[in-house]
Amino acid sequence: MGKPRIAIFDFACCEGCQLQIVNLEEEILDLIGAVDVVEWREALSEQSDTYDVAIIEGSITRPEDEERLKAIRAKAKVLVALGACATTGGVNKLKNNFDLDEVKACVYGPDAGKPHLATARTKAVGEVVLVDACVHGCPIDRQEFTTIVRCLLLGKTPEIPAYPVCVECKARGNPCLWEYGQICLGPIIRAGCGARCPSNGFRCFGCRGYADNPNVEAAQDVIARYGQDVESLKKKMSLFGSQQEPTLS
Amino acid sequence: MSSAMKIHVHHVTRVEGHGNIVVNASNGKVEKVEWQVPEAPRFFEAMVRGHSYQDIQTIVSRICGICSITHSLAATKAVENALGIEVSEQADAVRILMHYSEQLQSHVLHIGYLAAPDFFGVPSVVPLAAKAGEAVKTVIRLHRLANEWSDLIAGRTTHPVTLTPGGLTRIPTEQQFRDLQQRLKDCVKDLNAVVEVVLSVAGVIPRFERPTEYVSLRQDNPATYTFYHGQIASTDCDGTVPINDWKTVANEYVCDQSTSKWCKWHRDAYAVGALARFNNNADLLSPMAKEVAKRFGLKKGCTNPFMNTVAQLVEVGHVVETSIRMIDGLLTKGLKQEKVKAKPKRAGKASGCVEAPRGILFHEYEFDKKGRCLSADICIPTGQNHANIQKDFEALVPQILHEGQDAVRHKLEMLVRSYDPCISCSTHALEVTFV
Repeated sequence: MGKPRIAIFDFACCEGCQLQIVNLEEEILDLIGAVDVVEWREALSEQSDTYDVAIIEGSITRPEDEERLKAIRAKAKVLVALGACATTGGVNKLKNNFDLDEVKACVYGPDAGKPHLATARTKAVGEVVLVDACVHGCPIDRQEFTTIVRCLLLGKTPEIPAYPVCVECKARGNPCLWEYGQICLGPIIRAGCGARCPSNGFRCFGCRGYADNPNVEAAQDVIARYGQDVESLKKKMSLFGSQQEPTLS
Repeated sequence: MSSAMKIHVHHVTRVEGHGNIVVNASNGKVEKVEWQVPEAPRFFEAMVRGHSYQDIQTIVSRICGICSITHSLAATKAVENALGIEVSEQADAVRILMHYSEQLQSHVLHIGYLAAPDFFGVPSVVPLAAKAGEAVKTVIRLHRLANEWSDLIAGRTTHPVTLTPGGLTRIPTEQQFRDLQQRLKDCVKDLNAVVEVVLSVAGVIPRFERPTEYVSLRQDNPATYTFYHGQIASTDCDGTVPINDWKTVANEYVCDQSTSKWCKWHRDAYAVGALARFNNNADLLSPMAKEVAKRFGLKKGCTNPFMNTVAQLVEVGHVVETSIRMIDGLLTKGLKQEKVKAKPKRAGKASGCVEAPRGILFHEYEFDKKGRCLSADICIPTGQNHANIQKDFEALVPQILHEGQDAVRHKLEMLVRSYDPCISCSTHALEVTFV
């Protein structure tokens, strides 16, 4: 059997998740040795049309991008969503909180009506095609990325934590940021990042998306205990979780 | 050679974001030369409205993965200027060190991974690893150092989390600063090795000059080769323009020929980036950086856009040497644990400006008195360079048309890469013409 053929594609995003692959430094040479990277526009000049694994970075924001993504899906045996823009829609979904014509007028003024500026509601990759595996985070964690790729190459299902960031944060012995007046989303957001932001004294803002079955009641208890209001929490949840479950009341 | 030439490079590779090159020529006459940008627009200025001043940098950092620290810093400075929030001398110095880590990361990525394959005549860094293995390993070591430096100060390699209006949530310990300083001292031999390698292939850098206006920050008091403080300067005029007046510099306009929104100041286009900073401030470079410039024959007043990559290499020397000195300064004064006080003192509208690795960057925000964002305007370096890339194309193509289609295509791709464009960043302000 030949080496698996991997292709990396980017849609609407900052390309920071691709950068994390580059940031594997020496390790990337090993990875490239184990697979054939047949297309990767940001790093290689080569382009190809067949692949075993397609890695998709970015959100889908235009009808033509939906078509491009469906064509990629048709040619890929396994499809991986890379990073928050792809797995949940990420910050790009903030746009969906506004009227789209108004958003265009805000940025492009009188030229907003031009056809190439067409934009649609932001979608995560999974809202357009079937996704076989997700690499969460904004940006992705590069070690988690290599683990997931290894699992896929071995035909195993990668294990992604279903529990919230608070679990990892407590394990690291961090003081709770709610005690310092910060509105931290740790109680409801999927772990796997090692509680990186709270460990640096910065509130979790939810880049990995919600944990499986997030405990909304517990989050509401925390808000009440620290004298915060639900609206402030919802605003923080909107950064990476706009128009996604769970909704609070 | 054949009388007709048609080049359409769809999505130029080895640049950040999507850009197209179109050239049509027949019988030695150029009919059409265009630099196009079809990147999906993302509407950040609209998306930040309604959000707290504390969350702005978390959102706009995501404009660009390669210069996320730069965007966060520009946004945070704008927020602080608008709301009257002050920053301590220590936090200011640590932020500059954070910013330098990104200059090193981005410049090394561009020189070593994106531009170097052109110098060696290979399609990517992968075959380069086989052809010049030691050089690639040296570049990887420097890239790793830059990323671990960002990790240490910004909390993450990409999309910083220690930055907050009023200061930083956490700073490294004295020992961590000492270790970083030692690693910076140790990396000088790697830097010299990269300089030698690039010098050995510098002959492939095209000789092409086009009189150009160069725009960057300049800091007079104290006089500094600045990436962070100062005002707006140009090689076309004396004096400087205050940051809040950046719109009188950028003059964004719609171009009849291509309908792209471009920038111009004293001429029909201007350039930003490492070469612009060099042309405005070269006399303030560190000794090691000056030595690198001398070895490449790079002098103030250079108007060859292909030399931007060399100017980046010069700046790599500068940020490393300057950081070693700045860490001494911080440790001599003694690190203090500072509590961040960041309550808005007023409603307001103001700008923040820093130099991204690829050129001067402007952010402007307006807030109500609770610190909720009312409006935003962001002007990105690659957006400012697009018109200049087009003008370079128009001047360069007639000069090299006789070299044939492949050479024209290769040199135009190389030219685009030499600007180190960050197209994802710039698309909020661009329009596109499709052929």
